[in-house]
Amino acid sequence: MKAHLSNPVLMKEIKLRFRSPKSFVGILFYLAAMSLFVIGFMYIMTQDGSSGGYLNPGQSFMLFTMLTYIQLVLVLFITPGLTAGSISSEREKQTLNMLLTTSQSSFQIIIGKLLSSIAFLVLMLVSSLPLYSVVFLYGGVSPKQLLLLMFYFFLSTVAVGSLGVMFSTLIRKTIISMIATYGSVLALLAVTGFLSVFFASLSQGGASPFAYLFAAINPAVLTASLLAPDSGEFLHGMTGLRWPVWVTYLLFYLLMTVTSVFVSVKSLRVNMARGK
Amino acid sequence: MIKTRNLTKSYGAFQALHDLNLEIGEGSVFGFVGANGAGKSTTFSILATLLPPTSGDAFVGGHSVRTSPAEVRRLIGYMPDFFGVYDQLKTEEYLDFYAASYGIPAGERKVLIGQLLDLVNLSEKQDAYVDSLSRGMKQRLCLARSLIHDPKVLILDEPASGLDPRARVEMREIMKRLKHMDKTILISSHILPELAEMCDEIGVIDRGRLLARQSVREIHSMMKGDRVITVKLNGPAAAAVKFFEERPFVSSLRRDDEAGEVTFSFGGSQADQEELLAAAAAGSLGIRSFSEEETDLEDVFLSLTKGGGVS
Repeated sequence: MKAHLSNPVLMKEIKLRFRSPKSFVGILFYLAAMSLFVIGFMYIMTQDGSSGGYLNPGQSFMLFTMLTYIQLVLVLFITPGLTAGSISSEREKQTLNMLLTTSQSSFQIIIGKLLSSIAFLVLMLVSSLPLYSVVFLYGGVSPKQLLLLMFYFFLSTVAVGSLGVMFSTLIRKTIISMIATYGSVLALLAVTGFLSVFFASLSQGGASPFAYLFAAINPAVLTASLLAPDSGEFLHGMTGLRWPVWVTYLLFYLLMTVTSVFVSVKSLRVNMARGK
Repeated sequence: MIKTRNLTKSYGAFQALHDLNLEIGEGSVFGFVGANGAGKSTTFSILATLLPPTSGDAFVGGHSVRTSPAEVRRLIGYMPDFFGVYDQLKTEEYLDFYAASYGIPAGERKVLIGQLLDLVNLSEKQDAYVDSLSRGMKQRLCLARSLIHDPKVLILDEPASGLDPRARVEMREIMKRLKHMDKTILISSHILPELAEMCDEIGVIDRGRLLARQSVREIHSMMKGDRVITVKLNGPAAAAVKFFEERPFVSSLRRDDEAGEVTFSFGGSQADQEELLAAAAAGSLGIRSFSEEETDLEDVFLSLTKGGGVS
């Protein structure tokens, strides 16, 4: 049973990742950037003599919102860097052929690569939790909200990570795989927003499923809906549809993960039966 | 143990491998000789389940690479011609990773890795980082890696390429040890004398076609036709000249009384030659020694690949 659960690629990747000083320097800079922001925000907000040297719940919520968006952007832009070279770099280093002739299944190799990157990102997310505790000090945000946001960050990380692994499997060069993955992240963050507004304007006040769909799969829109539940009304007004954003987001990102992993597994090894 | 049936690989109009039919018995060592781009690595990649054939099929241990690639992978140990190593992994960890990749239980790995490092003379480098090893050491480590799951078949694509003479000698010694481990070995090289030393048979491939498949000795005789044999004598050459002149397959006989030797061409088979020399030794001709002129294997290879081969 233990042998079935163990994943040699995962163990090797974790060992290599955490042996490299680059990983810890990365976390250091990540936390330093977040800390600087928190300290800077608190400094500016408490400069005004009327504040009494502390943040009110409204300011605390604003800090939480800004922290969340910063973290969202950081996570979405760090994930491709960790996953988009997972298979193509093995190919470039000429280690892939030896890996592919072992008894490991394609699924084991792909999952090992994906989980090792996610493990590192989870460590980054968890290491940032003490910064969020500053918000709880002043109130305005519930722990449930934080947990929900962390879950969706995790989901987004897994989905974007799977996308990176898929591009890395399909594309031979790491640099092109990175461009494709970053392009996809940009499309999810910006292009979906633009398309949502575009389709909403086409519907001229009527129901627009496309406008809803593009809005619902945008990580920034989901974050807004989790931070301010009444933002659903705004989306309803714009698209004419009333359906929880988190459900659509969950389904879409789960589907993206499953599809990406499936494509990666199928294209990692050549199909020997196919005569070309 | 290894069998290919009309194995063909094309890249568009270019045919890298053309109707390769090969059969290699269990426990034999088969050398694959050919220039760069001749089709050696293509054949090895297909056998290692890394490249699908365009047509035909290949079998390892009775398993088709087309329909049962996972079974084939369990049977083979593959060493590619070019390979990289993982940075920041120690030699022992490197082998441990591959041992785990073949499902070898953790409890058995330490002893196994120790034995393999001993086999390839890398025991002292157990704790060294893999990327700090020399090229020759990396080649030997890769060989140890390909042996980690005790495969029945070893597919070694130019294992001695790019090595300095000392490292090449070390590699050759390891190969000799492997030969006695009852493994079926398929090995390629462009350094022909090295293959001649350790292989049972050699296949010459050029432009995707197998030109010849013979023992090293047979390839020599096929290309040279008549072998040149020199017989050194203790006494006068007259009796020996008369004896050899009357024998079949003997031609171009020359005597050198000053050196006390007779030289002639012999066009018979290896068995005919053995019979002739046995008869000569049994007669009272005063024979001190026989010697056969060594032919250069490189010449054999060049002749084969230039002329389109032998049928």
